[in-house]
Amino acid sequence: MPVRPRRAAAALAATASIALFASACTGSANNAAADDPNAQTTITFWHGWNAPAEVKAIEDNVARFEKAHPNIKVKVVGDINDEKLGQALRAGGSNGPDVVSSFTTSNVGKFCSSGALADLKPFIEKSKLDLDKTFPKVLQEYTQFEGRRCSLPLLSDAYGLYYNKDAFRKAGLDPEAPPKTWSQFTQVAKKLTKAKGDSYEQLGFMPNYLGYETVVEHYMSQWDHTYFTEDGKSNVAKDPAFAEMMTYQKSLVDSLGGFEKLDKYRTAFGDEWGAKHPFQTGQVAMQLDGEWRLNFIKNAGVKFDVGVAPLPVADDEIAEYGKGYLSGTIMGIAPQSKKQNAAWELVKYMTTDTDAVVSFANAIGNVPSTFEALKSPNLKFDDRFKVFLDIAKHPESTTMDNAVNGPAYQETLSSLAHKYESGQVTDLKKGLADAAAQIDRDIAAAK
Amino acid sequence: MSTDTLPAKAAAAPAAASPEARNTLRSKRRRNALRTALFMSPWLIGFGFFFAYPLVSTLYFSFMRYDGLNPPTWRGLENWTYVFSDLPKFWPAMQNTLWLAVVMVTCRVVFGLGVGMLITKIKTGAGIFRTLFYLPYLAPPVAATLAFVFLLNPGTGPVNSFLEAVGIPAPSWFNDADWAKPALTVLAVWGIGDLMVIFMAALLDVPKEQYEAAELDGASPWQRFRYVTLPNISPIVLFAVVTGIIGAMQYYTQPIVASKVASGVMGGSGAPFQPGYPDDSTLTLPQLIYSLGFSQFNYGAACVVALVLFALSMAFTALLMRRRGGLIGSGD
Repeated sequence: MPVRPRRAAAALAATASIALFASACTGSANNAAADDPNAQTTITFWHGWNAPAEVKAIEDNVARFEKAHPNIKVKVVGDINDEKLGQALRAGGSNGPDVVSSFTTSNVGKFCSSGALADLKPFIEKSKLDLDKTFPKVLQEYTQFEGRRCSLPLLSDAYGLYYNKDAFRKAGLDPEAPPKTWSQFTQVAKKLTKAKGDSYEQLGFMPNYLGYETVVEHYMSQWDHTYFTEDGKSNVAKDPAFAEMMTYQKSLVDSLGGFEKLDKYRTAFGDEWGAKHPFQTGQVAMQLDGEWRLNFIKNAGVKFDVGVAPLPVADDEIAEYGKGYLSGTIMGIAPQSKKQNAAWELVKYMTTDTDAVVSFANAIGNVPSTFEALKSPNLKFDDRFKVFLDIAKHPESTTMDNAVNGPAYQETLSSLAHKYESGQVTDLKKGLADAAAQIDRDIAAAK
Repeated sequence: MSTDTLPAKAAAAPAAASPEARNTLRSKRRRNALRTALFMSPWLIGFGFFFAYPLVSTLYFSFMRYDGLNPPTWRGLENWTYVFSDLPKFWPAMQNTLWLAVVMVTCRVVFGLGVGMLITKIKTGAGIFRTLFYLPYLAPPVAATLAFVFLLNPGTGPVNSFLEAVGIPAPSWFNDADWAKPALTVLAVWGIGDLMVIFMAALLDVPKEQYEAAELDGASPWQRFRYVTLPNISPIVLFAVVTGIIGAMQYYTQPIVASKVASGVMGGSGAPFQPGYPDDSTLTLPQLIYSLGFSQFNYGAACVVALVLFALSMAFTALLMRRRGGLIGSGD
């Protein structure tokens, strides 16, 4: 058997993956927005929704826009994730989008600093849009990075506590008095936990970081904290809130049965986006989750009585009870677009027009993103939804910070948190110091 | 005319020594070279576009700060020092890739050969067994991985229910850092249909007379395997090992699907998915390249990892292809 051709073939195959990188495209930013927004034109809008009801909602919203702007036609492309979006924004080209939206607010730092999304400042000034009077502060925060505003908020998400009122009653707890501090929370979670063999019949709460929305940044919003110092260095080792949160979370894990037992129970959970979500099946009695869960609960035909409340706060922060974590969808303009003024019209309409925001929020069950829409009498929701509106309006509610390398710093932090909850890391102080150093190095390498 | 006749003519040329003859010869050679180049051109073009150019630009970008949007800027060795000393995920990814290249490939070749030998021996119903062993190979990698995560689920999976019922302590498979790679290996061994087929073809090609002669000389079954079967099929074993290692170097789909499903982070607005769950035990170099380049917009560092992966593949291949001491015998 001849060896040589095989060797060449082997070498070729081995480097096939490398070809991918060199053929990466080199898009160039074109910031000239000279197009006439009143001319007849067609723009392309990419979004990430894929459920039929959501797709219909966005199409209805676009139809309203087209009615208000008869000269602009919008071609809507759905089911776009951030990876496809990133590729298209880098590649440019005439088939690319003019207007884009994304669910991942943690990518804004990357999008703004690299210029993947166009700077909206000239458009905002031209339209005399007063952001402070339009959007809550946190929403303004997660749509910009280091002073560069490359996106606007399109609806938002607020995170709170869902609880099974029937399970509360059975455990002798008052279903109208959900726990307000974390120490109360531990007691309630323990009372709601029923063992079965070496597993659970019902678990009060799944505290593990992989228990769906129980991730580091969602917990962190219930402790006053700052991710970065003024000079952009990681603050996770210096700010005691991080150690407090992780210590509390670990104590919760231990008091509910320990990491391994909980993690094994977790593997029996159904899909987060399916009908067999562990809260909906009664496997867990309390769940940290976003406002959209209300729609899922309705669609899954959940039999028990569901209560909603803000998540507990640190014991010494009881005055701030009612705050929570916020995030949402962002909307921006592709810098390669030749129709940026027309694109801006769509962005402005969808993010700031009260009717547009309210009807879209009603349709997909998300929290509206403007002050006007939050107050609107046309907002349709059940009483429980008001809890999330209040969390969204709460002055102490927070979101995660944007960074030049996207969510990489959160990944470093949650990797440490996971090692701590599972007992692989025991020296939390050293772990946090290492994580902080790592975050700083990663950011330096990405700048 | 064939090129084989050239040396003879060339040897005769100095004797003729006439300038004209020399010119004719030179132009013939040039024509021949041109013709060779013409016939090779599709390969040359492909080689240039898909191998040489990407390789050179990967090297170039490994010294650059490049996010895919803004013009690259010179960074010297910064990307290299970042990857080797400051990127904590690099060494686990490297170890995992090496582990898979050695353990997974060995298991696949041993099982593929074993099944191939068994099936060539079976007289009745061979077709059914061949189909049964080949079928798993046809399952799409994502579907196969999903099925294995389901089967090996520590809480609800039938495998662990069975193991617990018979009193064997069941591992957590894809949810345990020590068992995640063995679980992937089990999945890879399950899909050995491709190897089984080529080994079967090779085994059936071994001359029967050699076995008869060996038997007459009193060779035991092991000796017959060691001194008759193995030397005859060694080129095929080499092929299986080299392609297997290259496959292991590019291993991406199965670990990423397994860790996504096992960790429960499938997407949505919750935590961004971190490849390598649990605890970086299934993180491979291609996953690291993807996450550095495409999700962190750090092409420079991604290129460094890509070059490391390339060097690793070349080193493995060179080691196995050595004429002496490698897998291929000097007689081949």
